[in-house]
Amino acid sequence: MTEYLLILISTVFVNNIVMVKILGLCPFMGVSKKLEAAIGMGAATTFVLTLGSGASYLINHYLLGPDLAYLTTLSFIVVIAGIVQFTEMVVEKTSPALYQTLGIYLPLITTNCAVLGIPLLNVQAKHNFMESIFFGMGGALGFTLVMVLFAGIRERMEGADVPVIFKGSAIAMVTAGLMSLSFMGFSGLIK
Amino acid sequence: MLSALLVMAGIAIALGAVLGYAAIKFRVEGNPLVDKIDAILPQTQCGQCGFPGCKPYATAIAAGEADINKCPPGGEEGIHKLAELLGMEFKPLGGNAVPKPKSVAFIDEATCIGCTLCIQACPVDAIAGAAKQMHTIIAAECTGCELCVAPCPVDCISMKVIEEKITNWKWKYPVYALNTVETTNVAGAALQKTNGRAPG
Amino acid sequence: MRKLNHFHGGIHPPSNKTQSTQVAIAHAPLPSKLIVPFHQHAGEIAKPVVQVGDHVLKGQLIGMPDGFVSSAVHAPTSGTITAIDLQLIAHPSGLPNLCATLIPDGKDEWVERKAVDYRDHSQPELQQLLRMNGVVGLGGAAFPSDVKLRIGKQKIKTLILNGAECEPYITCDDMLMRERANEIVQGAQMLRFMLDADEVLYGVEDNKPEAIAALQQAIKESNLNHDVVAIPTVYPGGSAKQLIRVLTGLEVPSGKLPTDIGVQCFNVATAYSVCRALAHGEPLLSRIITITGNVRRAQNFEALIGTPIDYLVALGEALSDTDGYIMGGPMMGIPLPSVHVPVVKATNCIIATSAKLFPQPQPSMPCIRCTRCVEACPADLQPQDLYWFAQSKEFGKAQKFSLFDCIECGACSYVCPSHIPLVQYYRFAKSEIRAREHDKQLADQARVRHEFREHRFEREKQEKADKLAAREAAAQAAKLASTQPLTPQQLAEQADLEARREHIREVAQSSVENTAVENTTERTGN
Repeated sequence: MTEYLLILISTVFVNNIVMVKILGLCPFMGVSKKLEAAIGMGAATTFVLTLGSGASYLINHYLLGPDLAYLTTLSFIVVIAGIVQFTEMVVEKTSPALYQTLGIYLPLITTNCAVLGIPLLNVQAKHNFMESIFFGMGGALGFTLVMVLFAGIRERMEGADVPVIFKGSAIAMVTAGLMSLSFMGFSGLIK
Repeated sequence: MLSALLVMAGIAIALGAVLGYAAIKFRVEGNPLVDKIDAILPQTQCGQCGFPGCKPYATAIAAGEADINKCPPGGEEGIHKLAELLGMEFKPLGGNAVPKPKSVAFIDEATCIGCTLCIQACPVDAIAGAAKQMHTIIAAECTGCELCVAPCPVDCISMKVIEEKITNWKWKYPVYALNTVETTNVAGAALQKTNGRAPG
Repeated sequence: MRKLNHFHGGIHPPSNKTQSTQVAIAHAPLPSKLIVPFHQHAGEIAKPVVQVGDHVLKGQLIGMPDGFVSSAVHAPTSGTITAIDLQLIAHPSGLPNLCATLIPDGKDEWVERKAVDYRDHSQPELQQLLRMNGVVGLGGAAFPSDVKLRIGKQKIKTLILNGAECEPYITCDDMLMRERANEIVQGAQMLRFMLDADEVLYGVEDNKPEAIAALQQAIKESNLNHDVVAIPTVYPGGSAKQLIRVLTGLEVPSGKLPTDIGVQCFNVATAYSVCRALAHGEPLLSRIITITGNVRRAQNFEALIGTPIDYLVALGEALSDTDGYIMGGPMMGIPLPSVHVPVVKATNCIIATSAKLFPQPQPSMPCIRCTRCVEACPADLQPQDLYWFAQSKEFGKAQKFSLFDCIECGACSYVCPSHIPLVQYYRFAKSEIRAREHDKQLADQARVRHEFREHRFEREKQEKADKLAAREAAAQAAKLASTQPLTPQQLAEQADLEARREHIREVAQSSVENTAVENTTERTGN
């Protein structure tokens, strides 16, 4: 049980997928203007990643094996694309406003490098089924965490007296950099 | 080689089946977004957006057929709200349309010939009158759409800007005089300007 | 000894009250002109019921209450109405409002006054009496008292008489309590009767020992079980919600009224005017006003409503370096747009300002989130966040941070080390939000009307189509009928026509007599 907890803490804080591994920056910058949208995106990504890690483990372990290892990336992409399509349908049905807000970023989860990256890292680290799922979920929770934090900061920044040349993405990038620095402070948390 | 093909085909078929089922299960009827957009629009029904009213415009926005910056009565405020709802970037008001101050129509009752053309044009039934009788605007119901101005054959309808009275007066955004600091160069003055506040 | 509670925050500005409590309340002499605004209370403006040129008596109704929240306006003295027009009044906008100009005839002749014994009347009757006597809250908001007494089925446990008078400089309630405690106590008893309250508490700040003693004396003399409570002097301890908190320990929930928690609160001066209105039949025609600040003789005056403020200021002898006037206290008052505006029911104090007494506010600097305002806020809000959202016009979020629970007391601005005029930002945000809600309502109304119009068009189209279909059906039926054999009448007509033709031919040949005979036979044949 401890190892699962360790995987969770490590993926959420120490090796945060966005802030430390610098993966999944596209939705991180794109959907973090509004807190609600960020939470929605985080939830959608968590759903996709947890499911995707599990499914990709099964495919890799039972279908591909060492013989067909060259199909790993290809098959993962197909599976993830399928799961994202499914998620899109669910979101459109359950929350039209969120669907509209997430807009293009929802189908773009397919090409979110974090979403493909985590199953691939799972293969690399030779995780078993449960470890894969926890690794996927942890990574996604870490993603959600920084999304929410960043969206909170950006909502506040809306009211700030930012010099014209820094307005918009520029100040967001600066903020993201500072956040990344602070997340590096977690390294060494787990020995 | 064959096994690789089989594996990929198998995955594709399985996913296809799941997605096909989901498409039936999670079918979305209608577009609930239209009402949300319609709630933001100012309901002047003026048609300045090129659609015959606010609801058709809302429907067009929801379908992605119209831009969000076509509504002059809603002003920038309305565009901001739409942009927020739809997760889009803010766009300045499209075309040559300029937001006008809020106004209501006024009928010069001495000139009115009672032709009822304006009554037919009013989208919110805010004109009272009958054929050969003088007409008048119910100011409280008038949305200021100006649709009644053009049909009038004797040009007796004018738009009157709503004046600021004690009943509709609003507190202003606090603006304070900048501290008079001797600025020796242009950069200093520019800085003061962008900050919007005076350095202590 | 009653156990007192505390509200969060509060400040201790220098009170500056002693200047104006040295001498007794003086009656301001009758001015040469009175300007009586028709909108002196919260709610709807009163409707003028006099004409220009009318001679009115003191206490005669000149403005009829119009709407649920509204109050009557009376002529403060006898004289002639010379104008009813828009005049500058004491309002932060500096915009004019409808006023009657009254030139006194100097006789001060009363209309017939009718005193009533409140115990003989039902509550609705008494409420109507107060409404027609123009009794409104004299604490500053001028909310019609009758509306505050219409409590429905709610049970009022505590009636609070607010004599805290927490704002610096103002002493009108203090002097009223010292000099006219008897009538305040009687008024309180009337209010208690109307609310059927279990207990009556007077909240008076402990910096007014004379007022407390006077009230206690009056209560003892009239043998009532009212209770005077000395409360600690903290600004804004006289704000209704804060006073309720201190006296009862109850907090008025956000968006609710004190009556929802069984408490109602009236100013002591309101109680006084309730007593005058019921026991003496006198409508609210005058009030006590503190003239203070940069004046030689700071004093309280009993002045008629409508007295021009420059007249009162002259009585107080404003010093030469006076550069402006504030109506109300220095914390919540409004700078007067002109010194010629009239006294209204809400005018409790006029402060003459000078650069020495009230230096120009320092230029504001950026918010450093020191949260001193949080410590000072008596409403438990987060002023720095409210400011942040108000200045960036993010009204939705400001509302989420309970902007409308702000009582605009100014404690936050007072302590702000950056000198940010916080309350002005809140006022701006509040009025902007209200305007938006109003617009939203109008838009919804327009939508309903438009949809109804569409629906009506649809219906008319349907009706027209139905009518057309019916007509077509009728035409079809008529066509069908025409192919059928002729009716006997039609046959007869045809025969008649034929006969005439025959007859004409015959006329051309035969004699006149013959024709006549044949004609008659034809006719009879018909």
